[in-house]
Amino acid sequence: MSGLMTFLIALAAIAAAGWAFRFTGQKVTGNAPRFRDMAFAVAFGYALGTAVLIWAVWTYVQAQFILPEAEANKYFYFVTAIHGFILFAVLAFLFRLLGRAVGTAGSRKLFRQMPLTASFGVLVILLYTFFAIFAAWLAPHGQEQVFAQANVVPGGNPALGGDPAFPLGTDQIGRDILSRLIYGAQNTVGIAFVTTMIAFLLGGSLGFLAATLRGWVDQSLSRLVDVLMAIPALIFALLLITVASAWVKGTGLTIAMVLIMALIDSTRVFRLARAVGMNIVVMDYIEAAKLRGENLRYIVFREILPNATAPLLAEFGLRFCFVFLTISSLSFLGVGIQPPLADWGTMVKDMSSFINYAAFAPQVSSAPLLAAGAIALLTVAVNFVVDWMLHRSSGLKE
Amino acid sequence: METDASKHDDVLVEMKGIWMEGRSDEDWHPIINGVDLKLRQGEVLGLIGESGAGKSTLGLAAMGFCRDGVRISKGSVHFDGIDLLSASSEDKRKLLGKRIAYVAQSAAASFNPAHRLIDQHTEAPIQHGIMTKAESEADGMELYRKLRLPNPDEIGFRYPHQVSGGQLQRAMTAMAMACRPDLIIFDEPTTALDVTTQIEVLASIRQIVEEFNTAAIYITHDLAVVAQMADTIKVLLKGDEVEEAETREMLSNPTQAYTKSLWAVREFQRPAKPAVLTGATPVISVQNVTAAYGKIDVLHDISFDIHQGRTVAVVGESGSGKSTAARCITGLLPPRIGQVELDGASLPLDYRKRDRSQLQKIQMIYQMADTALNPRQTVGDIIGRPVEFYTGLTGKARRKRVEELMDQIELPADQFIDRLPSEMSGGQKQRVGIARSLAAEPNFIVCDEVTSALDQLVAEGILRLLADLQDKLNLSYMFITHDLATVKSIADEVVVMKDGCVVEQGPKAEMFTPPHHAYTDLLLSSVPEMDPDWLTNLLQERGVDNIGDAAVGKMT
Repeated sequence: MSGLMTFLIALAAIAAAGWAFRFTGQKVTGNAPRFRDMAFAVAFGYALGTAVLIWAVWTYVQAQFILPEAEANKYFYFVTAIHGFILFAVLAFLFRLLGRAVGTAGSRKLFRQMPLTASFGVLVILLYTFFAIFAAWLAPHGQEQVFAQANVVPGGNPALGGDPAFPLGTDQIGRDILSRLIYGAQNTVGIAFVTTMIAFLLGGSLGFLAATLRGWVDQSLSRLVDVLMAIPALIFALLLITVASAWVKGTGLTIAMVLIMALIDSTRVFRLARAVGMNIVVMDYIEAAKLRGENLRYIVFREILPNATAPLLAEFGLRFCFVFLTISSLSFLGVGIQPPLADWGTMVKDMSSFINYAAFAPQVSSAPLLAAGAIALLTVAVNFVVDWMLHRSSGLKE
Repeated sequence: METDASKHDDVLVEMKGIWMEGRSDEDWHPIINGVDLKLRQGEVLGLIGESGAGKSTLGLAAMGFCRDGVRISKGSVHFDGIDLLSASSEDKRKLLGKRIAYVAQSAAASFNPAHRLIDQHTEAPIQHGIMTKAESEADGMELYRKLRLPNPDEIGFRYPHQVSGGQLQRAMTAMAMACRPDLIIFDEPTTALDVTTQIEVLASIRQIVEEFNTAAIYITHDLAVVAQMADTIKVLLKGDEVEEAETREMLSNPTQAYTKSLWAVREFQRPAKPAVLTGATPVISVQNVTAAYGKIDVLHDISFDIHQGRTVAVVGESGSGKSTAARCITGLLPPRIGQVELDGASLPLDYRKRDRSQLQKIQMIYQMADTALNPRQTVGDIIGRPVEFYTGLTGKARRKRVEELMDQIELPADQFIDRLPSEMSGGQKQRVGIARSLAAEPNFIVCDEVTSALDQLVAEGILRLLADLQDKLNLSYMFITHDLATVKSIADEVVVMKDGCVVEQGPKAEMFTPPHHAYTDLLLSSVPEMDPDWLTNLLQERGVDNIGDAAVGKMT
């Protein structure tokens, strides 16, 4: 009851502060349009935002400087999140500055128009690509290498059970988490990329074909896709992988998984490509090409494809995220990327029981969250970039 | 539309030194450069100019409104003493819809398809607290009656897709009138309509504006239309005011060179050609063609011939089957009955069954150059592809041929060959469309409304170019249009179509001299003329119920 009372009082206080903010704004600026036309909801939003910001700063200062270390440790995740946020914001800003200063005229212009979120997204994607390609040189240890020290706590602080030799700790059987994270980028991201590429090749070309030919080709392909889409994707994938596991093992199973995922995801791409293609096929320039006597290949690849790249590229980003998350889910369920290959989904699964320690030993529970964080970060980054691309292609100016 | 002292002399809208800018990429480009505008109570001001002159932008600025990515950088807008640029959004909300209304170019795109007309009509009066729903509905029906909509008591309960384009445009005018505003801005309200529909809408708008003594800004690029509607005319060119004068004064005595050139557009006329030799083989012969979309016949037994070096204009309103006839010739829609002959030899009906040389001889130029050119290909590729495809030229030879073609369409090759369609104006794009069809070295070109999306000056340039090319290359044209002025200037023979049938056909001179078929007569009489008394006279002569679509209805 008292909790509810506190909540209501806080709400009323914020509402009052919002009203006061707008009123003073109007008085001080002599009714400038910004304050004069401000809706109360907007003023409330400003007040609420300010309140949350004050709380965040207060908590951060408490945890960092005032409270004793043992008690401050329960704000471990909060402090880490703030640090991460500031670090990435600064990096994204610097990256954008760099992009504005060097490069061709076109790329410099691109960076000048880029919002900070997109620059963050591009930077993270570049970093992941870099780690994925050079994993073998960057990782301090091998992904299969087992050490005597098992269950080393991340953070490298001996007082809390860490070890400076393994800055992000080791897992239950003593493999270095940092190395496995870096190799995981190669395996998880690489496999997701290949899967998405196959899905696009398959779904895209069939979708354009259906849009151009119409008639029975379109009907049969579309109905087939409807049937495939009617089955829940994850369950269907599990089913097919279980079937495939009767014939193939190890790497073969991973390849089977890639093909199965690509098939399931190509249905979504098919629908998009068909819809986009339909809008292009009715254009007069396609009619002109048909009347000229052009063959199907020319019409699909020279006339339709160049005009469909913007929506397809945006979909590629999103689809990549979904594939990537599904692979992680499958790995978490134990049927995805097979050990000893390092994979983020498997890493989360293997160490998931440590989550229970979150209340009293946050550092211990962070071990599974490192891999989960790596997944989340890439997903967010790709979405930021896709948002930006969609905004650009939509032609909106505000 | 008399301008005399009987009208109030108080100023309703006053815009002073308006400068507007639009953003593209990173820079702000000027759209309007210091234009003044003054509008009195009950006065109708016509704003004319080519596309891109800033007419619509200026019209919207009179409401204190800017489109996305546009800003007013300098100047002031006063409406009845209220400064619209510094007024609070709450004050503006009280004005817009109630005292200022807007009628958009495409009513079909501006009505919400999910609500009935009457519900959209009553929204503003209810929101502004002027009338209750019942009062507003009754008033709406009254307005529908005034605007001569059929079944005024019932039409409001239909959804937008259930009424025709001209009726929608009138329903939108009624909606703008719902709060009895002091100012209405009409943004090209009749541009997308057929002549027979346009005349009805014009008559209704004029009547209702006069009756309620509403001030209006009428934006259009059609001079003949503005001559009927406006008390004063303001001419804009690339954001600058060219001149402003009272309508009669402006029509009889324009002072600026640009205005004079606008007035002169409709004077282009080709010399008549000698009659076709009897027994000559026509380039294209359409014989007893009946064609259907699905199971419904849209063309009924049509026949006409097109001879070498001649232009046959096919006229009629939208839905009359003009374009369908062209689709039968090109083979996109194989006729159900009948046949098409090319140089005396019968063509396969489906374009997929025609061989390359048959396809090559029949080419098309489209109405919308925007959709007719692939936005991702450069001009060089667009024109070069048919050159390569039909003549097999590649590399340097191909480029040389493309440059020749660009020379023929009067676009400097060194400037334009690497441009994308988005980097060209409407007229330039249409020229590229012409070059693409010429690249195939055809005998016969279908021109489907090639000038109707263009401004009059630009359209005239295209017509002259087509005429020149015809004389040089001995081409035959099938010229589809609904604009009779275009027919007058370019056609040798005319085919009039209505509801999928050929109503009348013959040489141009014969077609433009009475006696006409009743429908031809109606079409001819519906074309607005530059005379400001034309509409008044026509209404007196024929009566309100014998013009436009109403008359078409009586005919059948």
